[in-house]
Amino acid sequence: MRNAWVICRKELGSYFASPVAYILLTIFGLIFGYFFWTAVRFFVFEGIEMQMRGQAYPMNINEQIIRPLLSNVSVIGLFFIPMITMRLFAEEKRTGTIELLATSPVRDLEIIVGKWLAALIMYSCLLLFTALNFAFLFRYGNPDWKPLLIGYLGLLLQAGGLLAIGTFISTLTKNQIIAGAATFGVCILLWVVGWMGEFEMSTWARAFSYLSVVTHFESFARGVLDSKDAIFYAAVIFLGLFFTARSMESLRWRS
Amino acid sequence: MIKVQDLTKRYARTVAVDQISFEVAKGQIVGFLGPNGAGKTTTMRMLTCFLPPSAGTATVAGFDVLEQPLEVKKRIGYLPETPPIYPEMETVEYLRFVGKLKGLSGAALEKRVDYVCERCAIVDVRTKLLGKLSKGYRQRVGLAQAIIHNPDVLILDEPTAGLDPKQINETRDLIKDLAGEHTIILSTHILPEVEQTCEQVIIINKGKLVATNSVRNLQAQARGAELVVVEVAGRTGPLDAAIVQHKLQQVGGVSQVVCKQQSDSHAVFEIESEKGRFVRGDLARAVVQAGWDLNELRPTAMTLEEIFLQLTGSEAPSEEKAAPQEVLQ
Repeated sequence: MRNAWVICRKELGSYFASPVAYILLTIFGLIFGYFFWTAVRFFVFEGIEMQMRGQAYPMNINEQIIRPLLSNVSVIGLFFIPMITMRLFAEEKRTGTIELLATSPVRDLEIIVGKWLAALIMYSCLLLFTALNFAFLFRYGNPDWKPLLIGYLGLLLQAGGLLAIGTFISTLTKNQIIAGAATFGVCILLWVVGWMGEFEMSTWARAFSYLSVVTHFESFARGVLDSKDAIFYAAVIFLGLFFTARSMESLRWRS
Repeated sequence: MIKVQDLTKRYARTVAVDQISFEVAKGQIVGFLGPNGAGKTTTMRMLTCFLPPSAGTATVAGFDVLEQPLEVKKRIGYLPETPPIYPEMETVEYLRFVGKLKGLSGAALEKRVDYVCERCAIVDVRTKLLGKLSKGYRQRVGLAQAIIHNPDVLILDEPTAGLDPKQINETRDLIKDLAGEHTIILSTHILPEVEQTCEQVIIINKGKLVATNSVRNLQAQARGAELVVVEVAGRTGPLDAAIVQHKLQQVGGVSQVVCKQQSDSHAVFEIESEKGRFVRGDLARAVVQAGWDLNELRPTAMTLEEIFLQLTGSEAPSEEKAAPQEVLQ
């Protein structure tokens, strides 16, 4: 797996050598910052209001700020994931550098895992912004850190699955835009299929809504490590990487 | 070192490489000659394990490309037609990355990076971004990348394509220099390149092996006859091309005269000499003595197509005529 790490380092290098990483970080930071500000403001106003009315309902930072924000991140992430994965293979195919990778003594799996890992690390860098914001909560309040950790684990698992799908789609084309658009479509679809279960109760609707990557995150957002949801994400990661490997193989037979 | 047996690559509708067999001995430089689209790149890609063959076998240093691709890849350095560089990387950073991919690390890697920079004359662009390098430098970085792990076999796909004449010469010298340590296969559609750098030639056309031959034999075939273009004009008034043609035909050593173009006042002929005869002097004298003007007299090189015709002429002349016109300087 040393080779996977070599490739991962190179991918990270090209994220941060180009404006891509910085633009993603900036936009994500702005969007999350806005959400954070709104959530905290609402929380504080509610607290003041209750003090003025003289009645005290229990207030909980974890439940009222962290949980909804983590759920927001899991949806915002859907918009950023295509931009992280679209160039992974499409760019190499366009410039011909894929020939270098494919003729080096490196296994396909090592190439795939290396690239996927780099994408995941890039996504973790986005999450660092959220951690920066949450740090304020720890400074001025006393939230429980364990549910937050579970929440981050959930975000990483969810992103891992979607990034694996994005990596797969990136192997299908030479065109980054096509890869990005297709991944974006898939991400959005995997989000909205969850809505089906809300108004339909038939088996097929329940089966479809089970595929939603966002509903599986709910338990993580609550701070609950549900093996059912963890296994779902692990399965998506595995499938995505498996299809990527098959696609790499067929690339050789077709091209 | 390299052994290829009935290697075939089929695509949905076309056969790109059709049952090619050849062998390359250790330390040789072999030129892979053929017009564009002949199947050179496909063959090289199969040798480098980038593409799997549809049929037949290829072994490099005793390892089969299908059975043990990792072992083959360890022993091969490959420069594709466009150097596989990442524009956002610096030269040294890139070479380190490739070196690590090929299994080098630590001090050994640094030593090889320094060595290939020296060898390929890219020391002065060590810390430049690859995307900013000129075509010649990119090509040399590509070559440096191919030799970084000191492979037994070097496979170079048109290493001089797109370079200016000075760079072409430098690249050729570099390749010749490398020959002692590595077995080299290089593809090209330029005949002089093969003459200057290679010992052995493999000619393919339309996926088929046309000939494998030593360069000396090929040179003899290509250079045996002289090909001259002559433009003649009438000195005083109209010119009868048929008379001129007849006159030129009679010059000693001329085997064939073809009228390429004619008008009232002038005509252009293409003249082929007999093997080993030089007829330019005699032709000039004949034209002038007959009272015509000699506007132009220049030797033309054999085109690749003509060499193919020579090599394959009796087998499938009509098919060969359709081959693309590739001018050999």
